[in-house]
This record gives sequence, structure tokens and C-alpha cells, in this order.
Amino acid sequence: MNLKFNPNTARADFPILATRVRGDKPLIYLDNAATTQRPRQVIQLLVDVYEKYYANVHRGVHWLSDQSTDLYEEAREKVRGFINARQCREVIFTTGTTSSINLVAHGWGDANVHSGDEILLTVMEHHSNIVPWQQLAERSGCTVKFVPITDDGLLVMDQFDELLTEKTRLVALAAVSNVLGTINPVRFLAERAHAAGALVLVDAAQSVPHDQVDVQDLGVDFMAFSGHKMLGPSGVGVLYGRESLLEKMSPFLGGGSMIRRVKLDGFEAADLPAKFEAGTPPIVSAIGLGAAIDYLQTIGLRAIREYELALAKRAHEVLSDVGGVRFLGPAVDQKTGIVSFVMDGVHAHDIAQICDRHGVAIRAGHHCAMPLHKRLGITASSRASFYFYNTMEEVNRLGEALVETKRILRRG
Amino acid sequence: MSHKEDDIYQEHILDHYEDPYHRGPCNHPTHAHEDDNPLCGDVVKIELRIEDGRVRAAWFDGEGCCISQSSASMLMESIEGKTVEQIKEFTAEDMLTLFRARLTPNRKKCCLLSWKVVQSALYSPIDGDGQGNDH
Repeated sequence: MNLKFNPNTARADFPILATRVRGDKPLIYLDNAATTQRPRQVIQLLVDVYEKYYANVHRGVHWLSDQSTDLYEEAREKVRGFINARQCREVIFTTGTTSSINLVAHGWGDANVHSGDEILLTVMEHHSNIVPWQQLAERSGCTVKFVPITDDGLLVMDQFDELLTEKTRLVALAAVSNVLGTINPVRFLAERAHAAGALVLVDAAQSVPHDQVDVQDLGVDFMAFSGHKMLGPSGVGVLYGRESLLEKMSPFLGGGSMIRRVKLDGFEAADLPAKFEAGTPPIVSAIGLGAAIDYLQTIGLRAIREYELALAKRAHEVLSDVGGVRFLGPAVDQKTGIVSFVMDGVHAHDIAQICDRHGVAIRAGHHCAMPLHKRLGITASSRASFYFYNTMEEVNRLGEALVETKRILRRG
Repeated sequence: MSHKEDDIYQEHILDHYEDPYHRGPCNHPTHAHEDDNPLCGDVVKIELRIEDGRVRAAWFDGEGCCISQSSASMLMESIEGKTVEQIKEFTAEDMLTLFRARLTPNRKKCCLLSWKVVQSALYSPIDGDGQGNDH
């Protein structure tokens, strides 16, 4: 393997990866699309903040509040730089991808989407990028349409062109499918959508942690992602939005922080980004996300992408050798380090359960993408999802666990 | 490897999984019900022929993991010949005991799917002439 990147150096930073499970077997963590682990640099920073710098942000005049506020706003600047947003005002801290998308569905959707309008999604979306739009449809009377996919898990482009009409107000799609690993041509689709007069929201939960993402280059109007899928703490996520759009949008949640002034007969909303950060935000988690970004940038997103591709390629080889395995999604070089599969005559839960006996953590089920599974004609799948701290050796262990699965279930 | 009651892939379970009891359509069913576990996609359909308050024939069909399918097979074997009243008194706890292997809370749902379907089937007479799937 001719790679500059050495996962073992990085592994030393992740205490949890040294865990032994199920009779002293090394934990092999292959569920990174669900959530990643954290390096000690992030964990230690959380401890430091709680021990030395913690108070509420944007409120006190006291020293501690200043410390906390500075760290929180530094984290925002780190996020801005990481995704190349033009300004910090365009970076809203939320509690995760789901709440980011809901913020847009309410804050933008309620005012701009009406009966007769259309929202265009794709069949491969995560439930978090389907349900908020179905709820908007219930409120507004708009119609939700879906771009179909090929059997190989690629968007059907002619259908996209056909479904994109003057009625389309928004195209909302995943940059990367959380099941198939498919990398969608977001920049290309955003150009088409804009030409048709629609806005574009991208669910970047599976792309931002794994490759360089530049919102200006993509040309999208909104982008949502989560901290916990990129080495950060749980409970924090980001909504990027174009300033001109965010300025016009109404606040989603009301409360403290999001106001300039409150009177008994009404309120005035605060400026961006506070307008969308009602209540005490996930202060320490956001600061931790900043530390996660520092860590990712030290490794380099290009190196991460290159190495994960090598892991996925190895996984395709190893799993093919097991026999009876069918991969979901496109060819390996058209996807990320997400490798989903079904096995002849073996249910996904049995696969995951027997893998677990070998210390191998993979996901089984519908992965919050029931419409996609229905389209593929299956009820469940198994998913191994890699991050840069996984090793080729771990991929081999997955293969052995699958051979054992076949043996135990008398399919091999 | 773990074994005995901790092992959910023990012999008697795999035997039911591989060679299930009464998998297929029931002749002249009088009662039927189908349900799924949307979380994992397990589906179980059960058809019963109940005569004089007693289950004369119990058949299942479905798709899913080893636990959901083997437990359905065990249940069919267990309820045939029992009265409706006896089956109504057969609790979820009894079902887990019948299955024998110890299950985590998530996998208990797989095991209890067929039990739930049977309980509903008792209250779900087939309309019309009680023909159902007559094979």
C-alpha cells in the first residue's frame, strides 16, 4: 500500500480504540457513518473548558463569560474556515444535522413555500432530509417529489431534469448517501437548480467529515452537518446559510439570545447568527467541534479521503472473497468509505450480531433510509463505514467475521 | 465462543431456522394476522384454523432474522392443539422462556413479533366464508 498516511499514529490519539470487548477481543469500530470516536485532543479540551473557562456565552460581563464566549466564537470561526463560508454570520450552531434542516424547513419554508410549490428530494435521503419536508408539505400544501436512483445507487439525471420545474422551490439532497456511500454531483445539481429558480440545501453529514467541502465552490444555499460524525462531541451541529437568505428568514425557536429586545407587546430579533441560536447553545460541544476541526486539518482532508478509498477498496475485495455478498451502491471509486451489503439468506441483524461476537461493530437495519431500502427491494442491510483510524487489518477481521456468520448460520 | 443460554445461535434455534415447523399457508384458515417490525424489517404472517375454541392448525410465513423466524416456528409447534384461552394466557415472558436463549432488549422484539401476531390473530377472523388462502 503506497499511502503517506499511517492510521496507527492517529489511533494512539483515540483512547476508546484500545477497548477490548466480547472476551478480550480488540474492538473494531466500523460504525463511523453513525458516529465517530473522539481523539484525546478533543476530550481533553472539553475537560479544560469545564475546569477553567466555562460560563454562559454572550451574557455576563464577568471574566469567565468572556473566556467562554471567546472560545465559542473562535469555534465558529474555525467552522467558517473549514467550509470556506464567507463570514461567521453564515455559520449557525445547532444541535445537529436534523435540527439544521428543520430550522430551514420552518425558518425559510414556512414563509416561502406555498400550496402548488414543490420540494425536490432524492430517494436516497436519510429520514432527516425527508420528514421535515413532509411536515412542511402538511403545513403548506406543497408537494414533495423524489429523484429516482439507478439499481447501482446513482441519481437518474434525466429524471432530475424532468422533475426540476418552475414550481420547484428547493432541491434538498445528501452530498453523500449514508447507506450507499454515493457521492452526488452537488455543484452540478446546484447550478441546474439555480437556473430553474430553486434554492439548494445539502445534507453534508457524510461528506464534511471525509473530504474537503467548500460551500462557495459547491454554490449551495444551505448546508447542514453534525459534529459527532467528525470527531466532535454529540449535541452540536452546523447550519451554513447564505447571508442574504438568513437575513430574511424568521427565527425558528424563540427565547433568550435570539432577541435584540423584548417588550410586553412583542420582540425584535437579534442579528445573525444569534437570531437562530435561541437559549443557551451547546457551548462546550461547539468548542469541542473547533478542536475536532483542528485535528482533521492536521491530518488533512485529502489524505483522509485517499486513505478511506483504499479501505473501501480492500473491503470490496475481502467481502467478495467471502461469497454470497452483494454490495449496495455504485463502484467503489464513486463512493466514500461506506460499504453496505446484503448476504444471501442471512438477515442483516444476524450478520451484525455475529460480527459483534468478534468485536466488530457494524450497523444493521435500514439506517434511517426506509424509502431507499424499499427502492432496493430489501428490508435491511449491513453497513461497514470507515474512518481514517481504521486499518487494513480490521477490514480483514470483518471478512473473517462474515465467513464465521455463514458457517454459524449454515450458509457456508 | 459463548454458549448455552447466552448463545442465540444454539442448535435448537438453528434447527427451527433451517427447517421450520409449518412454514407456509394453512388449509382453511379461520383466523389470520400479519405484522412487521419496521425497525429491522422482520415480517411474520400467521394463519390459524380454530375449531371449537381450539387451534387445530397453525402456520406462519415471513422474512427476517434468525430469531424472528425460528421463534415463529417454535410458537407454531407450541400452540397447535391448545385452546384459544390457553393461548391468550401465554404471556410474552412465556414466549421468551419457550425460545430459551437469553436476548438483549432489542432482540427480544424479534422474538416477540410472532407472539404479538398470534395474539392479534386470535381476534382476527377471516371475513366471508372463512376460505382465506385455500391450498
